[in-house]
Amino acid sequence: MSDGRTAGSAGGSDGASVDPVISFDGVSGGYDGDAVVADVSLEVHPGDIVGLLGPNGVGKSTLLKCAVGLLDPLAGEVTVDRRPVRTFDRDELARTVGYVPQNEPTNFPRTVFQTVLMGRKPHFGARPGARDRRVVATLLNRLSLDDLAMRDVNALSGGQLQKVVLARALAQEPRALVLDEPTSDLDIRHEVEVLSLLRREAPNGLAILHAMHDLTLAFRYSDWLVLLGEDGVRTQGPPAEIPADAISEVYGIDVSVHEVDGERIIVPTGSPEPTSL
Amino acid sequence: MRENPTASADRDTPPTEWSVDVPETAAGDGGSDVRTSNDRLLEQYRRRSRKKSAVIVVIAALLVAVWGYAVVTGPIPVSLSETVSVLSGTDTGTAYQVIWNIRLPRIVAAVGAGAGLAVAGAVLQSVLRNPLASPYTLGISQGAAFGAAFSIVVLGTGTTSGSGPILSVIDPYLTSVSAFTGALTSTTAIYLVAKYKRATPETLILTGIALAALYTAGTTSLEYFATNTELAALVYWKFGDVSGTTWRFNALLWFVVAAVTVYFTRRAWAYTVLNAGDETARSLGVPVERTRLFGMVFASFVTAVVVALFGIIGFVGLVVPHIVRRLIGGEERILIPASTVAGAALLLSADTVARTIISPIVLPVGIVTSFVGVPLFLYLILRGREYW
Repeated sequence: MSDGRTAGSAGGSDGASVDPVISFDGVSGGYDGDAVVADVSLEVHPGDIVGLLGPNGVGKSTLLKCAVGLLDPLAGEVTVDRRPVRTFDRDELARTVGYVPQNEPTNFPRTVFQTVLMGRKPHFGARPGARDRRVVATLLNRLSLDDLAMRDVNALSGGQLQKVVLARALAQEPRALVLDEPTSDLDIRHEVEVLSLLRREAPNGLAILHAMHDLTLAFRYSDWLVLLGEDGVRTQGPPAEIPADAISEVYGIDVSVHEVDGERIIVPTGSPEPTSL
Repeated sequence: MRENPTASADRDTPPTEWSVDVPETAAGDGGSDVRTSNDRLLEQYRRRSRKKSAVIVVIAALLVAVWGYAVVTGPIPVSLSETVSVLSGTDTGTAYQVIWNIRLPRIVAAVGAGAGLAVAGAVLQSVLRNPLASPYTLGISQGAAFGAAFSIVVLGTGTTSGSGPILSVIDPYLTSVSAFTGALTSTTAIYLVAKYKRATPETLILTGIALAALYTAGTTSLEYFATNTELAALVYWKFGDVSGTTWRFNALLWFVVAAVTVYFTRRAWAYTVLNAGDETARSLGVPVERTRLFGMVFASFVTAVVVALFGIIGFVGLVVPHIVRRLIGGEERILIPASTVAGAALLLSADTVARTIISPIVLPVGIVTSFVGVPLFLYLILRGREYW
């Protein structure tokens, strides 16, 4: 891999002995032939949480869509379990990679239970069986959603809905989770709740790739960070090795990194250069 | 940093397969808290599903009751005991003629047409994620009507019977095929607008209005060039009427409705997953484009057959799925069969009203459904907007 990633990431897993679940090799992604993001290489190993960072419009969502087969890369290859994503059949990919999109449309009434049961679709095909329902019940309990089980998803708060969508992705029993700003609409408590849950589940064999805006939380909850700039990957590595000046450069604003209670906090200093959008 | 001590303890061989550790159900014995809590949730879900199935049974019972009432009601009085002897084959007199040749064909037609239009509406709403979708509001019925009128006037597949202005379609198959072709042109337009314009529900309905206007104009043009008898027939047929049916029509209708309903019911979970949005549905393994296209084509097909045989009967396909959703929520595996039964019950009720309201004059059912459907449609627009 071009990034020269050494064995082992911040999480301490022995990266060399375990194959990555998701790997990007020189991936360019975009729409209608126009590349939004170019030449990205990264790997997500079981047990690791990899965070994609970068300003708006830099192609984070585009890359994530390539990982779940919603978008074909313009160049390069995304592989899951060392197999190109495009060679998977739909259900097989859905059993391997779970996706949490930025927002969930709501319209017709449907219950929380039913929504999480959707995650079992790639396993059950035509109709759910007993184990499918038990998986849903287990996850609802584990995510403390049991009281909401029969509630209409249209009546939930943003935080509750996000947890339901996460439960649905977990119900797929995937090997990898791909999350597009999973906490963007959440208050601090729900944010930490969701991220702790991911932190807790990752060591059980989940490979997690997420995009995020909150730098402090991204640093705290990721084992590996990929910083994207206009020209693709600016730098990547364990959170402790991401230099402040790279962040400043990519986001166009001065930042300083502080250590408070053993956690790294990223603080913007100075005002941004006025940009013409 | 790791919050899972057991997992970090054996980091030398990290697990690579993640799965949900599902406790078995507690079947009576005092299980762990998780287990009992799971059982409680599953019990809730089961009870809920049973309640929904019960709603179907209640609607079906209602349908049977209306059916019975419709058999014994009409301008020619037939008593209950006569009915029983007719149905058991011991009476072959006037009552036999009335029931087997007039009432039952009409009842069976109303039941089939109502079921077909309602299930088409339910599926169109689900696959387009659009509460205002129906064969009528998307211009599919009007496209089918144009196709059918074309075959009647130009291809000569229809004629008027000597006794009255009632149109007889002499070739239901060719008329249906022609209606289906017309319906498909509307469906294609709607599908393309939905696909390439990322249309809002309102945009799709406006497109439907435009298509309906176009095909209504087309049908009117055909009327302009039609002969007097064809014209009388076409106008009557445009009301939407099941009185001109025959057992041959009914067999075709029921076969198509049954086949399409079975298909839709088997695809119910795919339609449910579409509710979560196209991207999520694709990430869950559902072939979104194909599911939507096939759903729309089969909905158009069943609509086309109903329209070819009986003309445009509006609002059933729009209103019935909403009534059912009010009762059971939006679960397609129940919504689809429930809409079928409820559509049958509604159209049969409307037809019974049409036969009896100003007896002995018998109205076309399309007039009744429009009078009932329009206020319900307005209600949906003004008050029922909670999910769109």
